[in-house]
Parts: sequence; C-alpha cells; structure tokens
Amino acid sequence: MAKLEIHNLSVEYTLKRTNQSVLALQAVDLTVQNGEFVAIVGPSGCGKTTLLNLVAGLWPITQGKIHLNGRPVQGPGNDRAMVFQTPALLPWRTVQANVGYGLTLQGYSRLETQARTQRFIELVGLAGFEESYPHELSGGMQQRANLARALAVEPALLLLDEPLSAVDAQTREILQIELQRIWLATRHSALYVTHQIDEAIFLADKVVVMATRPGRIQAVIAVDLPRPRPLSIKRHPAFIALSEQIWQLLQRDVSFPRMEH
Amino acid sequence: MAIYPIEEKSRLGSNRTLAARVAALWPRAHRYDHTLLGWLTLIAFFALWELAPALGLVKPLFISSPSRIFKAALWLAERGLWRDIQVSAQEFGIGFGLAVIIGVPLGMLLGWNTPLRAMFNPLISAFHATPRVALLPLLILWLGIGISSKIAIVFLGSIFPILITVMAGMRTLDENLLKCARSFGANDRQIFLTLALPSTVPFIIAGMRLAVGRALIGVVVGELVASTAGIGHMMSIASATFQTDKVFVGILILASAGYSLTELLTWIEAHFERWRPQK
Ligand SMILES: Nc1ncnc2c1ncn2[C@@H]1O[C@H](COP(=O)(O)OP(=O)(O)O)[C@@H](O)[C@H]1O
Ligand SMILES: [Mg+2]
Repeated sequence: MAKLEIHNLSVEYTLKRTNQSVLALQAVDLTVQNGEFVAIVGPSGCGKTTLLNLVAGLWPITQGKIHLNGRPVQGPGNDRAMVFQTPALLPWRTVQANVGYGLTLQGYSRLETQARTQRFIELVGLAGFEESYPHELSGGMQQRANLARALAVEPALLLLDEPLSAVDAQTREILQIELQRIWLATRHSALYVTHQIDEAIFLADKVVVMATRPGRIQAVIAVDLPRPRPLSIKRHPAFIALSEQIWQLLQRDVSFPRMEH
Repeated sequence: MAIYPIEEKSRLGSNRTLAARVAALWPRAHRYDHTLLGWLTLIAFFALWELAPALGLVKPLFISSPSRIFKAALWLAERGLWRDIQVSAQEFGIGFGLAVIIGVPLGMLLGWNTPLRAMFNPLISAFHATPRVALLPLLILWLGIGISSKIAIVFLGSIFPILITVMAGMRTLDENLLKCARSFGANDRQIFLTLALPSTVPFIIAGMRLAVGRALIGVVVGELVASTAGIGHMMSIASATFQTDKVFVGILILASAGYSLTELLTWIEAHFERWRPQK
C-alpha cells in the first residue's frame, strides 16, 4: 500500500517539427492515500496519459515532484504497474506467459512466477484460458489478462489508463463490476484514468476533474457511496447528483464536446 | 469465485458460415484433396513430357523425357554425380550457413542501433543493388576456380536479403509493447530477448527464404562460369556436348533442392508461428 504525492507538477512537450511547446500539465497537485481508488476524468488531450506516464516513471520529471511512500519517483519501479489502454499483450505468448511477463522481467523465480500467475489469472476470471493466445481472446478478456499482468507484480500503486475504452458498452459494465470486485479483494492504491463520468464515480473514492489547455485539475470530488456498489447504484439520486456536478465542471471547459439531446 | 464473462459466450455460440462448418467436418479429407490435386498435376506434367517426344511432336534432343533423364541420372550416379552433388551442397551449405550466422546477428545489431545503421545503411543498400554475379570475375581472380570462389558468391548472394529483412524486422517493434516492458522496469537486454528477438523471427525466416533462391543462383552461375566440379560444372559440360538428358538431371536436382529447402523453411516457420491466427 502506498501514498502517492504529486506536488506542483508541470510538463511541457516540445514538438520537434514546429519547435512549438505545449503545456500538457500545469501545476498539478494530487494525493492518493493508502488503499485509495482515485479516478481522473477529463477531455482528451488534457494530459491524463501524460500524468500516468510521469507517475510510472516513463517520462522525465522536469518541474515539480512526485513521491511514492516518501521516495521521489525516478524512472520505472517494482512499486508501480500500469494497465494500458491497448492491452499490449505479447502476441506470441500464451495468457499464462503474458500474465507472468512482469514477474519474469523483475527476476522472480520460475516457481514464484507460476504460483502468482495462476492466482491472478483466477482472480480476473481467466481460469481455463491459460494456454490461449491473445488473438483467441475477446477484447474484454484481453483486458482481464492485461490487468492480471499488472496485479501479479503486486505493485504498491496501480496505474490504469482508460483500460475499458476499447470494449463495447455491455462488456464495459461487466468489467466495471469485475474491477470493483478485484479491487476490493486486493485494495491497491489506484490511479484510474477514464473518459466516462459514470465509470469514475462507480469505481472511485474520489474523482479528479481535469481541464484542458493547459492540462490542470479543476476539482476533486469525494464519492461517499457504500461498497460494494451494484450497477443499479448508477440510478441512485446521490450518484446522479455527482455525475451532474462533474458534467457541469467539464462543460465549463470549452473544448469539451457538448452533447445535444 | 469468478463471474463468467458474458463476452465469451459469443465465442462458444456458432455463427460460422455453412461452408466453414462443412470444411470443419472433413478437415483432413479437405487437406488431402488439395495435396492430391497438386500431385496429379505434377504427374500429368511428367506424362505429357514423356509422350510429346514419343509421339514425335518435339525432338528429344531439345526437351529430353523423364525416362531418358532417369537413365541419364543412373548412368551419372556411377560416374561422379554424387561427388558433384557433394561439391555443390558444400558450396551452398557453407556460403548460406555463414550468411545466416553473420547476417542474423548483424541485421539485429544494425536494426537495434540507430547510429550504426546510419553508418552502414548506404553501403549495404549499394551492395544489395549490385548484381552479385557481377563480382564473380573478381572473386575468381582472388580465390581461384575451386570451391572458395563459389562459397564467396553464395555468401554474398544470400547475406544481403537476410541482413535487410532482419534490419527491417527489428524496427517493427510495437511501441505499446516496448512501453509496457519499460513500465515493468525491463532493461535493454531483456527488451532484446523478450520483444525484439521473438518479433523478428518471421523476418529472419522470410530473409532466409529469399536467400535460398539467391544462394542457388550463386552455386549454379559460379559453377557455370568457372569450376572443376559441381552440378553446374556437370551441366555446362553436358550442354557443350549436346547431352540434353544430363542437363535436365542437373535442373531437376536444383529444382528439388530449392523446393525442399523452401518447404523446410515453411515448416520451421509454422513451428515458430503457432501463436498466429490459423487461416
Ligand atoms: N510525446 C508527446 N510529444 C508532444 N506532445 C505530446 C506528447 N504526448 C502528448 N502530447 C500532447 O500533450 C497533450 C496531452 O496529451 P495526453 O496526456 O495524451 O492527453 P490525454 O491522455 O488526456 O488524452 C496533448 O495536447 C498531446 O497532443
Ligand atoms: Mg490518453
């Protein structure tokens, strides 16, 4: 379990071709408590992926600070694992070998790798598909494998970048329930990026609302709904009020596409 | 307890086409049918070849016939054909083997390392664009008319296709996989072994497949130009003395060698590519 502290983080990209600079993140402050599930919503281009990449240590920090358990983040580490938007499974490896990939890279023994791999394959509901190749799985199942691979290294902090954005609406709701079940079983600290307001509220202890140009945090909204939450909670007045509040915040951001009905 | 995911149901339910279902009922028969068709065509071809000169349609001097070729092969077998096959096989084996042993790691290194690639790319492209046979007179001058000049031409013929395809293969590394490996803290060596190498295998085999043809050209042309032994040597003597049957023995040996080697590579490829969607 871990406490993540992001302090005054700014990121500027310089486009090589035009030599223009884009302020992707501006003065971001954010804390994720031990065992807390924090969701980030925001229009595309507001720097959500950038933020996760920095926390994951995949991009250098030039302004501001990120601390995990009191230690500054410098590059990737065993204390964090990322679930990517595209499942990024190795196509020539079976589910089992894919779930064990992170463990192998981090030098775990074959025995330990095997035991943990099996445990997390079962946890994400992929038992019976150990010997399948990624192309034999549906998109939803690929994401389960992707999640199991990240969970298997037992990271202090789990980073998830729109993990459900590529699956269809029905599968998405099933996986939301599954994610909650898995999270309740593991209680990882989690930083979860999503496009969808209802997904953020459903899963999170608090929702971070971002704005674009420059990418920044507009508001942090606590979600005090009891767990485990059934899907029907999405029709609860408290849930609807929260989603209305976040919707209003996002609407203020001019570049967020307005929805007509 | 795992909740059984709904999305898997569609995989179990059958919405395949009728044709696919019928094919699935007789997968073996289906495959055997195709193999049989291929063999029938081949047999028909040889039958026609045998009949055409027998019916006086073409002069046997030009096209020979399977039975004449068979007789010539038996005759040659007792008079040094094995020796010729051995010499040619040796030239091919050593030249092609060296090209693989050097070309694969070198291609990987150049594909992996951008500055090195920048240094050597123009040289490699220039070599690749030059017809290698044009170097033969030079090689003979340097290495003589024995086996060495042929090994050299086979090597030069086959290393460039391997080098170039392997280099290209190394550069097709999936960005997402790379990012994933890095996020787990993979070092360069691990990325090479777990990502670069496996994703380059199909390119290595494709390069070798191209190289087989080039290597065989090297063997034959090398031996035709100047040699003391080998299939090409035997063919050039037979041709100069109008012994069509013997020339055909050489052609058939080369054809079956090329075919078998390509089939072998297809088999190896299938072994490495078990994970790919079946067609
Ligand atoms: N590697 C990069 N180089 C230059 N600009 C980038 C790079 N990555 C992202 N950006 C820009 O930074 C902004 C934030 O991007 P990103 O973090 O991917 O947003 P999000 O994930 O919220 O959609 C966008 O304007 C994007 O174009
Ligand atoms: Mg993104």
